[in-house]
Amino acid sequence: MSGQVIPLGGFELGLAASLLLLAGALSWRLHMGVERRLLVAAARAAIQLSLLGLVLQQLFQTLSPWLIAAVTGFMLAVAGYEVWSRQSRRLKGWWGYGTGTLSMLLSSVSIALITVQVILQPEPWFHPQYLIPLLGMLLGNTMTGIAVAMDTLGRETWNRQGEIEARLMLGEGATEAIDDIRRAALRAGLIPILNSMAAAGVVSLPGMMTGQILAGGDPLQAARYQILILFLIAAGTALGAASAVLIASHRLFDGRERLRLDRLS
Amino acid sequence: MAELWIERLERPGLYVTDLRVPGGHTHCLHGPSGSGKTLLLRAIADLDPNEGRVRLGDLVREQLPAPQWRRRVIYVPPESHWWAETVRPHAAHWADDRLAALGFERDVLDWSVRRLSTGERQRLAVLRALARDPEALLLDEPTANLDPGNTEQMEKLLRDFARERQAPLLWVSHDPAQRVRVGDAEHRLVGGRLQ
Repeated sequence: MSGQVIPLGGFELGLAASLLLLAGALSWRLHMGVERRLLVAAARAAIQLSLLGLVLQQLFQTLSPWLIAAVTGFMLAVAGYEVWSRQSRRLKGWWGYGTGTLSMLLSSVSIALITVQVILQPEPWFHPQYLIPLLGMLLGNTMTGIAVAMDTLGRETWNRQGEIEARLMLGEGATEAIDDIRRAALRAGLIPILNSMAAAGVVSLPGMMTGQILAGGDPLQAARYQILILFLIAAGTALGAASAVLIASHRLFDGRERLRLDRLS
Repeated sequence: MAELWIERLERPGLYVTDLRVPGGHTHCLHGPSGSGKTLLLRAIADLDPNEGRVRLGDLVREQLPAPQWRRRVIYVPPESHWWAETVRPHAAHWADDRLAALGFERDVLDWSVRRLSTGERQRLAVLRALARDPEALLLDEPTANLDPGNTEQMEKLLRDFARERQAPLLWVSHDPAQRVRVGDAEHRLVGGRLQ
């Protein structure tokens, strides 16, 4: 099927880049102030993706399990940082970074491993052609859900301190007092994936399926892979957001079930 | 006759060596703002980290799970917060006679919390606490936003409660006349210490 792929070179990408420059020029002309960020983000994406391509090429050739484990760990660490940086009120110390990263390990990494071991079963099972793209899709998408859930939890707890403490003062436990906020946080984290499942194929053509079709794949197979991915992402997001919200909300109270806002920054 | 007994209570900005409020008694607390009155009441209710011994009768605070302690020794802050849309869900049972004692009709329970005045909120916050049937009350200026008529009703309700339930009351009040009216004893707090 790779015979059907129209190869992309520097010229083709340069054309796409000139469209981006046009958008930047427009932003500059209209004083929208996003041209700098637009260019920096575009440059970042280009460099990161090119590097990824090089790394994957290397991985496909060597099939070294240690190298694959190292890449997995790196992706997880970066995703953990992204989750951390997207929160307006985060847990202080290692809890802030650790909670999001651990939740992604529990959800994304474990689901990616289960998928290659049980569902796809490539040979060897850690073959990077399957593991790395799956992991990337899972991390990228659960990252958003977990970040939104944790951000909502921290922000709402901060803003609704009075309500939570009023309930504690009247003898309610920590779980009871934070329950509303916990549910709101989980809902907020899940909305993007719920929406994208509902709109998939009708409003939007999901990125992975698009890529597979452009690369000459069979549309029906592409659809099946996309369904698989959507299910995995939804399960991973739900699992990851739930564990992040549970761990973080537990940390917001101490052993005497006092609200400890001093643990938020 | 459960006595509230506080010994060597410590937290940043506060150190109280010994304070006893016998059951059925009201002790008033006053002192300049920032002297630690709220810190003291919150520490007794175990709402903030603190060290020291706090007992209610034979019960030592740390022997109970914190929520159970706070349900027995309820802190009522000067400004109340409400988590539901209307008044009713904030307590399982609202006693008619107590509502009437503070001048409310029963239909107040269906009012939206957002439309309540500051004074109405303050009165309902005390009723919300009493509805939990506490064994001691820590009152932080419970009449701060009330007019003289409502203040009188509130004082009577709380004194009746203390007497009937034989509950100790610790009452922060800036009004010397009120301290004389409701207090069996009064303490002055300065710089986090009782004088």
